[in-house]
Amino acid sequence: MTKTKTMYSIPYILWLLLFVVAPVLLIVYQSFTDIDGAFTVGNYGKYFTSSTALRMTFNSLLYAGIITAAVLLISYPTAYFLSRTVHKQLWLMLIILPTWINLLLKAYAFIGIFSVNGTINNFLEFAGIGRQQILFTDTSFIFVAAYIEIPFMILPIFNALEEMNPSLISASRDLGANTWQTFQRVILPLSMNGVRSGVQAVFIPSLSLFMLTRLIGGNRVITLGKAIEQHFMVTQNWGMGSTIGVILILSMVAIMLLTGEKKRRKGGNRA
Amino acid sequence: MRNLKVLFVGIIAIICVLFVTSRQMRTSQGHTGDNTLTIYNWGDYIDPELIKKFEQETGYKVSYETFDSNEAMFTKIQQGGTAYDLTIPSEYMIQKMMAEEMLIPLDYTKIKGIENIDSRFMDLDFDPENKYSIPYFWGTLGIIYNDKFVDGENIQHWDDLWKEELRDSVMLFDGAREVIGLALNSDGESLNSKDDELLAQAARKLAKLPDNVKAIVADEIKMYMINEEASVAVTFSGEASEMLDNNEHLHYVIPSEGSNVWFDNIVIPKTTRNIDGAYAFINFLLVPENAAQNAEYIGYSTPNKEAMGLLPEEIIEDEQFYPPDEVINHLEVYEDLGVEYIGIYNDIFLEFKMHRR
Repeated sequence: MTKTKTMYSIPYILWLLLFVVAPVLLIVYQSFTDIDGAFTVGNYGKYFTSSTALRMTFNSLLYAGIITAAVLLISYPTAYFLSRTVHKQLWLMLIILPTWINLLLKAYAFIGIFSVNGTINNFLEFAGIGRQQILFTDTSFIFVAAYIEIPFMILPIFNALEEMNPSLISASRDLGANTWQTFQRVILPLSMNGVRSGVQAVFIPSLSLFMLTRLIGGNRVITLGKAIEQHFMVTQNWGMGSTIGVILILSMVAIMLLTGEKKRRKGGNRA
Repeated sequence: MRNLKVLFVGIIAIICVLFVTSRQMRTSQGHTGDNTLTIYNWGDYIDPELIKKFEQETGYKVSYETFDSNEAMFTKIQQGGTAYDLTIPSEYMIQKMMAEEMLIPLDYTKIKGIENIDSRFMDLDFDPENKYSIPYFWGTLGIIYNDKFVDGENIQHWDDLWKEELRDSVMLFDGAREVIGLALNSDGESLNSKDDELLAQAARKLAKLPDNVKAIVADEIKMYMINEEASVAVTFSGEASEMLDNNEHLHYVIPSEGSNVWFDNIVIPKTTRNIDGAYAFINFLLVPENAAQNAEYIGYSTPNKEAMGLLPEEIIEDEQFYPPDEVINHLEVYEDLGVEYIGIYNDIFLEFKMHRR
């Protein structure tokens, strides 16, 4: 019996080794090689002493943070009201629908909307405000990034709200809590799991967005993803590119730990 | 659960059908292995009519793949995998590929029509005696401006990009060599400089530019300039010629103090499996009529002097694209700087991009 069990697990273990463990080890190994392939810790030294690299890291974290906050702000209420509507599946479908369209197509569509002769500027002109520079600004970059990430935040929050036992809410009411108290003490803590996975699903990819930084941000916003692309494709300095990759992986681990469930605090929500 | 099963079976069935039809389409088009010629070229960099003509004349079937940067092409060919028979890198990349021994030396007994190429573009430093490569197109880096927004008199030199009046209206090409090269050229220095002091000076000069820079993009410059999103851009002559065709307010200038001249040459990489087909295609492109047709379609400057005779006069007399010799003499080819200086150039460029408006 146990033998067949191990037999069944072989494909999964191979998969994990080949496509998860091995690539990560290769990246870590590469990050300790210099441009000629010799062993060095210089890449890390260079990274942590270069003001450009550190500023870039700070910028990436800042933008990813702003994008995540914006997405959360929009998604939580959406998911909340969604879980209380009649045609849930239909609405959910409409929210997921944009993810069926290729990211690049959406980016190009936004170029059309934001450009000097685009839809928004035509409207602003018509309204007497006059044309504005929208494309290539921080605002437009954050807007488009948030737009793209929203479904990935709504879904986990929606699921968490759906799974909640409605009798808990009735109980809270019966015990005299008003709507706000019910939300704050019952609904919010119980949906925190959804929020956590949503934040992870949005923050982590936002750290390494790079097509959008060029198409919408006009390369005026530089993220770590962009730097990795440059090191691999242009300078061919795979060591330095891998070093940034390792730092991205580590920061993602940190995010997971920070937002992950805190099991030690038993009965965490004291509500 | 049943639904899931149906979904999976459906997906697998669709994959099978697509696979079989694509195989059948390939064989019905005559792709049988031996007679396929795989060309790896820049996007939109050949008149598609010519490929059809070549297939009809020679019976080879062309499989045409594209790349968007020399570096991407280099990486893909180095990794192997696809049997590319021909590719068209720029000169500095040819140097690098020669050094990595990725190219096959050309056998001139199999090439007809090499005498059609202007001798000015043969035997250049990056490939002495053209041992590995044959010129395909050449061009320059310059400034394109829209006369609706700026006065052409004020946009003749690289230094003009720093002018106050261009605040937030310049688009730069997203390349370290191009941007640092123009900063070096603007001070009369060589764009291949390996002098740390000069590079530091160029970096300081570039630090004053971001206020004027609207965006640092690549191919999109074409679309933005035609749609008048920006008034000035730094771009290549070939791209510029296409923009000029689409918007009559645009003009292209090669700064006389110096700029980059680039060559895209045809090479045969070692991945080739159809070397006869590769030579047949080279010979086909050397025929003046074909070269002229290609030059008219793409708008870059052709090195084929026989073909120039076949082009309409307004094309070959246009100094924007066929500049006089005194301008050509100030132009420089990008040399392969070696890994160390490529790294330094890129660090300066990254630093430049980090500047906030």
